[in-house]
Amino acid sequence: MQFVRKLVLAVIVVCASLPSLARADDAGLRATLARVATARNFQETEAVVRDLAATGEPAVERILSALADGNLYIRKSGQGVFIGKEDGQTIALADPVAGAAAGTAAKGDLTKVKVNNALRRTIRDAMGGLTLGSDDPAARLSAAGIMLKRPDIAALPALDAAIARETDAKVKAALAQARAATVLVSDLGEAEKLAAIGVLSNRGDSDALAQLTAFRAASTGVLAETAARSVQHIESSMAAWQVAQNVWYGISLGSVLLLAAIGLAITFGVMGVINMAHGEMVMLGAYTTFVVQQAIRAFAPDLFDWSLAFALPAAFLVAGGVGLAIERGMIRFLYGRPLETLLATWGVSLILQQAVRTIFGPTNQEVGAPSWMAGAFQLGQLTITWSRLWIVLFCLAVFLVLVFVMKRTSWGLRMRAVTQNRRMAASMGIRTPWVDAFTFALGSGIAGIAGVALGQIDNVSPNFGQGYIIDSFMVVVFGGVGNLWGTFIGAMTLGVLNKFLEPYAGAVLGKILVLVLIILFIQKRPRGLFALKGRAVEA
Amino acid sequence: MIARRLFSSDRRIAVTIATLLAAAVIVPVLNLAVPADSVFHMPSYVVALVGKYLCYALLALALDLVWGYCGILSLGHGAFFALGGYAMGMYLMRQIGARGVYGNPDLPDFMVFLNWKELPLYWLGFDQFWFAALMVMAVPGLLAFVFGWFAFRSRVTGVYLSIITQAMTYALLLAFFRNDMGFGGNNGLTDFKDILGFSVQASETRSALFAASALALALGVLVTWMVVGSKYGKLLMAVRDAESRTRFLGWRAENVKLFAFTLSAVMAGIAGALYVPQVGIINPGEFDPANSIEVVIWTAVGGRGTIVGPIVGALAVNAAKSWFTSALPEFWLFALGGLFIASTLFLPRGIVGLWDRWQAMRATRRAPSGQSNAAARTEPQPAE
Repeated sequence: MQFVRKLVLAVIVVCASLPSLARADDAGLRATLARVATARNFQETEAVVRDLAATGEPAVERILSALADGNLYIRKSGQGVFIGKEDGQTIALADPVAGAAAGTAAKGDLTKVKVNNALRRTIRDAMGGLTLGSDDPAARLSAAGIMLKRPDIAALPALDAAIARETDAKVKAALAQARAATVLVSDLGEAEKLAAIGVLSNRGDSDALAQLTAFRAASTGVLAETAARSVQHIESSMAAWQVAQNVWYGISLGSVLLLAAIGLAITFGVMGVINMAHGEMVMLGAYTTFVVQQAIRAFAPDLFDWSLAFALPAAFLVAGGVGLAIERGMIRFLYGRPLETLLATWGVSLILQQAVRTIFGPTNQEVGAPSWMAGAFQLGQLTITWSRLWIVLFCLAVFLVLVFVMKRTSWGLRMRAVTQNRRMAASMGIRTPWVDAFTFALGSGIAGIAGVALGQIDNVSPNFGQGYIIDSFMVVVFGGVGNLWGTFIGAMTLGVLNKFLEPYAGAVLGKILVLVLIILFIQKRPRGLFALKGRAVEA
Repeated sequence: MIARRLFSSDRRIAVTIATLLAAAVIVPVLNLAVPADSVFHMPSYVVALVGKYLCYALLALALDLVWGYCGILSLGHGAFFALGGYAMGMYLMRQIGARGVYGNPDLPDFMVFLNWKELPLYWLGFDQFWFAALMVMAVPGLLAFVFGWFAFRSRVTGVYLSIITQAMTYALLLAFFRNDMGFGGNNGLTDFKDILGFSVQASETRSALFAASALALALGVLVTWMVVGSKYGKLLMAVRDAESRTRFLGWRAENVKLFAFTLSAVMAGIAGALYVPQVGIINPGEFDPANSIEVVIWTAVGGRGTIVGPIVGALAVNAAKSWFTSALPEFWLFALGGLFIASTLFLPRGIVGLWDRWQAMRATRRAPSGQSNAAARTEPQPAE
């Protein structure tokens, strides 16, 4: 066993340092491979895998991955091992060493080489070693990761060689960490091991933690103490990152809630109108994005990355226009009767849903993401996707613009005047019906804009808006009516609270808990976190 | 005495109750005694369908008691309905016994499937009909009592109350979807076999359930009428029309509301319990907030603040729904949405209000002078 391992690694070192010379002849490889056919159990197959890896041939990678995927076949009559691809009742064969096609065979004529989990692990480890000398930095990085998780004393020379040769700083660091993990299991001196603990401690993730914990259990004296300190250090930093991650997810969810709720906050806050069709305004925004993207795909595919820039004003106008129509056509007859408004707007929401279903069909529509929203980046131990980050930023921008409009423009002044005392505002010459109409249009338009952003992270279907409506209400009611900052704080609190409850209670139970908490909270403060005070309340 | 008061003071209520009692007798006869090839024969599926509508009507009546007479727009009455349904469903599940797919005499199928070893504590007792019947009323009633006690005491009113009732039913929806709640998760409770020893599939049982629904609705009408007509009913409407003023006059508005809310939830629970054996399934979908809002529209279309209105509304809207979803499925939501808008904009008093106005107009034409608008003024306009 130990001998084979050493052999494998020796070959790896040779392959890695002298790739041009490491070309065993095909015949040797074929002879080794043929032993797969005669292997009687998994242990024997495992030995073959090790020997294959020991040859260091580039073809080995193909063979091993085929074996791991269950695509390696043996012909029942006579000898012959093939890589096969199932194609109905037949299997297309390929020569495992040369990679060339080798005809087809019926399923019955072939036996699949069976693998179990232990064997899969061996294969993965062997492939990790093979890729240490790869040309692709990503492959080298993953090889380093595997060697960190399963350190092997014998791999030390190979790692040293690889570190010396490495030019990519990131890969080099990973290799050094893999080496540190290897040093910990080796019989090297205390100084070396202390340095290794330092290296792993700096890595500070769960893999490093696992190695250090194992080492602490196995060692004594100064080393054990240092390791224990490092373990503690890593644990506390990981806990901090965990909190940071929950906060980030919470902010991300909070900004989604805020986007969905902010239009509602305006209509509810200023006009006291419960707009149950609000979710459908969000949906209209998402569908506008879809239509704009279809048009761009058809007429100007080069501009696709800019599609959201076109979709934003379009969604604002579409949703705002529909909102204006609803206000002028229906809601203005129902002022002073909030419960009836609620029912009528629910009717509107049903009609809008069915209209969209009739026009676009009931299935999900594909809303594309521009290239600058794809992918993710790493911040410490956080993985942040660009789309989420953009949504958070976009949400903040929308919020700030809205605060500016409300606080610094004459139109906002009128809106606030109507919120505080409708009759007094009317006496001062403000045309309250117009303020109502445009406020409603503005709230709906903002919902449309939210739809553009939310369409990027959710399935765009006729029921799209329904998923947001209850959450939006919760945010507005929690934050307090008629106060944009209340909505902001309400959304962020609920988002973060949700994400902190999730790890303990699970996603669904967490949501239920949040709902129950809101219901209890309303009992304590019936008008929300930031309630309007004075006479306006009872009006 | 009640009967005399009934016939002398409110003919419409009397006619409704009489119609329901007659239906409870005639429909089973038409279904069971009249031969299948006769024109008067009523097929079993119609019996089940109309029985279902009657349960809906009872639910709408329950909502009308709090919305029409007390001004509390509950968007969560579907939750009480569904809880009553679940209590009945649990009894029906226990009646399956060892006849389930897995043949386990102690556990319902879904529990065997989920590898549960023994019956959870809260399922105990549900093999007894009397216990289940008690729970049908107690569980929704208790929830409404606790919820209302908190909400009304802290004076949560208007749209805020509507929204938290909606949150309540939504939270229950999410909760009942979970498998570990022990209520069958997504699939709910179904595959019922027997109720009180009779097969739920048999036409005789269906007819009996229909009769029970009609009787329950008649009883609901009677109770609502008595509550509304009493001194307490006056108080109820006072709270609806001017809550602060009622409070300043020395009445405890929260207690007035709490009684109506709890009674209404119990009625909704009974409706749910009668509904489940007739449709053969109860699942978390019944908690969907959209269902509860639909109940509101039945009440609004029929005419809130009247006793007959919600019944007419529930029957009419559901009959329309059955017709639309089979003939023009695409247009049902358009029709329903339009109904919401039209009834709030043009029919604030519903079909019954329209009928009243028509009657008043006829009366005016017959007696052009004097008490022209008397009939139209008999009931005050409900305020928010």
